[in-house]
Amino acid sequence: MHEARRDRTGEVTRKAVHGTARDRTREVAIVAFAQTDHRRRTDDLSEVEMLMPVLHDVLGTTGLKTADIGFTCSGSSDYLAGRAFSFTMALDGVGAHPPISESHVEMDGAWALYEAWVKLLTGETDTALVYAYGKSSPGEVRAVLTRQLDPYYLAPLWPDSVALAALQAQALIDAGDADEPTLAAVAARSRADAAANPHAQLSGPVPAGDHLVRPLRPGDCPPIGDGAAAVILAAGDRARELCERPAWIRGMDHRIEAHGLGVRDLTDSPSTRLAAERAGAFVPPVDLAELHAPFTSQEIVLRKALKLDGDVLVNPSGGALAANPLMAAGLIRLGEAAARIHRGASHRALAHATSGPCLQQNLVAVLEGEVSHG
Amino acid sequence: MPEVLTAPLVVEFPFTRSLGPVQSAFLTGLRERTVLGVRASDGRVVVPPTEYDPVTAAEIRELVEVGTAGTITTWAWNPAPRRGQPLTTPFAWVLVRLDGADTALLHALDAPGPDAVRTGMRVRIRWAAERTGAITDIACFEPGEEIREGDAPDEPNSAEPAAHSGEFPAPVTGITTPARLDYTYAPGRAQSRHLQALAERRITGERCPSCRKVYVPPRGACPTCGVATDTQVEVGPRGTVTTFCIVNITARHTANPDIDVPYVYAHIALDGADLALHGRIGGIPYDQVRMGLRVEPVWTEGGRFPDHYRPSGEPDADYDSYKELL
Ligand SMILES: [Zn+2]
Repeated sequence: MHEARRDRTGEVTRKAVHGTARDRTREVAIVAFAQTDHRRRTDDLSEVEMLMPVLHDVLGTTGLKTADIGFTCSGSSDYLAGRAFSFTMALDGVGAHPPISESHVEMDGAWALYEAWVKLLTGETDTALVYAYGKSSPGEVRAVLTRQLDPYYLAPLWPDSVALAALQAQALIDAGDADEPTLAAVAARSRADAAANPHAQLSGPVPAGDHLVRPLRPGDCPPIGDGAAAVILAAGDRARELCERPAWIRGMDHRIEAHGLGVRDLTDSPSTRLAAERAGAFVPPVDLAELHAPFTSQEIVLRKALKLDGDVLVNPSGGALAANPLMAAGLIRLGEAAARIHRGASHRALAHATSGPCLQQNLVAVLEGEVSHG
Repeated sequence: MPEVLTAPLVVEFPFTRSLGPVQSAFLTGLRERTVLGVRASDGRVVVPPTEYDPVTAAEIRELVEVGTAGTITTWAWNPAPRRGQPLTTPFAWVLVRLDGADTALLHALDAPGPDAVRTGMRVRIRWAAERTGAITDIACFEPGEEIREGDAPDEPNSAEPAAHSGEFPAPVTGITTPARLDYTYAPGRAQSRHLQALAERRITGERCPSCRKVYVPPRGACPTCGVATDTQVEVGPRGTVTTFCIVNITARHTANPDIDVPYVYAHIALDGADLALHGRIGGIPYDQVRMGLRVEPVWTEGGRFPDHYRPSGEPDADYDSYKELL
């Protein structure tokens, strides 16, 4: 199979993208990560103005220029901005003219990273830029997210994102897997850890509050805010050139569960467990897990699904309870896990991203530092 | 740093959707106060019914009738109902497994307070007074058992659901689900500067510090260099038509419904700009508009941007002067 591709000089080239060019032994790593300081609102910035410094930051880390990037993939959602094709405006920040090889997912940037990873595995390119952004401040995010629900049976009732998470939390409480104090402890630990994260939107003590939707209080729910993130992927020796200690992607997989909430066991996340198995998360064990759990109750579900015990450091960044820029928060989990490997603070890390209500869709990646042969 | 501009932005859409055989039967059934489920490949009864098996994705069509009372499998107390939700007074969101069903349906429960709700509680459907064949034909659930002979109170009805043809007179074949989302649009720094200049009837672009191109209207970034545009440059007011089209239909939501068709919509390269912007051409018969026509903006009383562009009376521009801007 062949694909026509126009490179930056405007020359049309044809090359094999499957079969002969595919190299199953190819290694791909995250070599750089950058994110914004996440804020409640960014009225002074357009989406591209918010995103651009992050793109410059991540490129600057590697010394790469836009023209050096083989593939660009982004994640965002028009429903947050309230405008069609809003991602095309953001693309200006990449320097997309003359035309580049580019793709977009109307999802969290973690799924854009998955697409870029597959592209690199095909052997078609050695580098990829992945970015994601979301401004939740212009709209009412609890209402906006109802539009991703089944349009026949759910969306007409406008059940908001907090309400659906609260149903899951109550199911967890009824099953004896949690109570309100254990939920509060997750919130407190996340906010305390976020004190060391300069990008976090919230940190420090969790203020007490009435139930937003019982059993969830404000501290159990993610902050609403604006932010962006970007990573650079590179293959093989290119990764070693660009990064002293690349975070090699040892495996990555994503799985989805039935749309109907009443069909699923909300106290479990079999899709996360299956994705983790396929990504190789259990053998050998990981030392760090960045979990995309926007609600305290979801961290408990994920810990159970992933069989994470006390030896695994969970969300030292503060996680999505400290900063949850929609469409970027999952990519940030991959970026945070990679950054700890870059720094030598983790050897083997699990990164998780979620999408949809009550952990409907889940992605798991296993990242690992190079084993030294010295 | 200019003042931050914001404006309300409403997105409304009345989605019209067609229903397949299973969803049509289910929603028509609700109109007739009958709840249907569908039997999945493993024998489970799925309510609300899907057309494809949630596990195997096999097509499923075998309809059964389930009860109008059921058991709460989980719930969440909503103290502050939001727009569009089933009840305007505080209520519980509930997942209810109707008698005879193996899966649960999401809806609202009308209850006096959270202390009156528990998992395992028996509830029954309260039908909407006017029903059209929609999930909202169930107004909500309410506490209590639907009394049936032989049923023990507070015990689910364990009877096997009976087969149902799914046939009703005048079946519902489609639904319209209106949606409205409210935003506060903030255009950001570059576009705010542009809009503030427009308020003074000046048209400004921004220059890329790297390639020196002037973009109008500016969006904040140079798409070639991927860097922020930084210097404001006044462009125009005159410009050149680079290309155009003749519009022969009146858009229903056009900003100005008084514009007669046909009219000309054009790309106009304002003097000093490296990108053409869009505008309507007036003051000249539509079939006399041409590439290279020199035009100038026409502002109307109180207008916040040029209403249209009209011929400036200058000779046409030489093709070489605008060919790069096509
Ligand atoms: Zn430029």
